[in-house]
Amino acid sequence: MSLQTTTSQTVGPYFGIGMTWLIRDNLIGEGVSGDRFTIQGRVFDGDGLPVPDAILEIWQANAHGKYDHPEDTQRKLLEPGFKGYGRVLVSHEGMFRFVTIKPGSVPGPKGKEQAPHLAISIFMRGLLKRLVTRMYFPDDPRNADDPILTLVEPERRSTLIARKTAGGAGTLEWNVLLQGPDETVFFDVGL
Amino acid sequence: MTQLAGYRPPYPGTQPNHLHPPYVSSRKRAPTKPLVPIPFTLTEITGPSFGTEILPPKACDLTRLRGGEAIGERIVVSGRVLDENSRPVPNTLIEIWQANAAGRYHHEVDKHDAPLDPNFAGSGKTITDSEGRYRFLTIRPGEYPWGNHYNAWRPAHIHFSIFGPAFATRLVTQMFFPGDPLLAFDPIFNCTADEKARNRLISVFDWETTSPDYSLGYRFDLILRGREATPMGDKLGE
Ligand SMILES: [Fe+2]
Repeated sequence: MSLQTTTSQTVGPYFGIGMTWLIRDNLIGEGVSGDRFTIQGRVFDGDGLPVPDAILEIWQANAHGKYDHPEDTQRKLLEPGFKGYGRVLVSHEGMFRFVTIKPGSVPGPKGKEQAPHLAISIFMRGLLKRLVTRMYFPDDPRNADDPILTLVEPERRSTLIARKTAGGAGTLEWNVLLQGPDETVFFDVGL
Repeated sequence: MTQLAGYRPPYPGTQPNHLHPPYVSSRKRAPTKPLVPIPFTLTEITGPSFGTEILPPKACDLTRLRGGEAIGERIVVSGRVLDENSRPVPNTLIEIWQANAAGRYHHEVDKHDAPLDPNFAGSGKTITDSEGRYRFLTIRPGEYPWGNHYNAWRPAHIHFSIFGPAFATRLVTQMFFPGDPLLAFDPIFNCTADEKARNRLISVFDWETTSPDYSLGYRFDLILRGREATPMGDKLGE
């Protein structure tokens, strides 16, 4: 008889007490290569109201497409200044912002390359377990046959791709809509 | 070429759905469209790790702040982090946060009319040892009212956040106390169909970590997802 995974529970409204100390809204350390981006967005609930109490965690590869993790055995460069982990809390207006680099592509199912992407976990009051989603980069030709994006019905894929903004080429906008016709795609990874 | 295994799905009924209508906040925040199932890739089977150098001094002792001692009943909360195959999960970050002995959080959103305690830290962090063990010294948290329904009170609890070895193993949960009369009425605690699963969120009184003339001990083991026995058939490029 094996053990069973502990039941997930909500972070509740007061997670800032325990989780603010590890905010990582700039993932770029010293000597890190890659195209730099500021990624900003807002989180909205089913009434279209901003969610003032959510936390996003980011996990990504470096610009060479290498994860800082022992199970990534690819012969690609690790960069000591890049850990690949980010954490941001939304503001009272539901806004978040972080700075990172565009990751390289990493292998996917059957050795097929994945388009550059950020894996995102979202926690908030009201969610008994986290939401898992991804953010892809605009105008990347690899998005068209990314093995995960292509599992999503075509009309909904745009919810996973950040948009360019008037703020310049280095600023991207990516919003999270929890419900509604333009609801963000969330993934089932067996939680 | 390396072949990597994914992580097991939960045993049916042991994890909550996103929508749990008795928990009113889930109604406008849970997704309404079905989640899109995806296979495990290198992205999900890797994840962040943290070394002990990130921990502030005395981060596992919540009972002293600003040179004074927190008010309330001192308790030791300890346990092990294991995976579903009973293997210890070493060197992984655990974060906790909780209300003080009066049931008040040190947070601007908490308007409960109960006193703040300037000597209570409210949060702690630690990294499991090579056997997956962890230990906090804290104060038994108070129950507190919330707005979910008329006369709603949360049972006493401590919030836990834990990473494990992969993006796939990340877990946030809450630890409860044995015999709490509020448990039966809490929509958050009662979010799973499986009663045994929810009862595993209740810590166990523990003589072994109870210290004479000082503090009571409660034991709370955390179980993270285990690996699939078979590789995911996903070859890593060289
Ligand atoms: Fe709480």
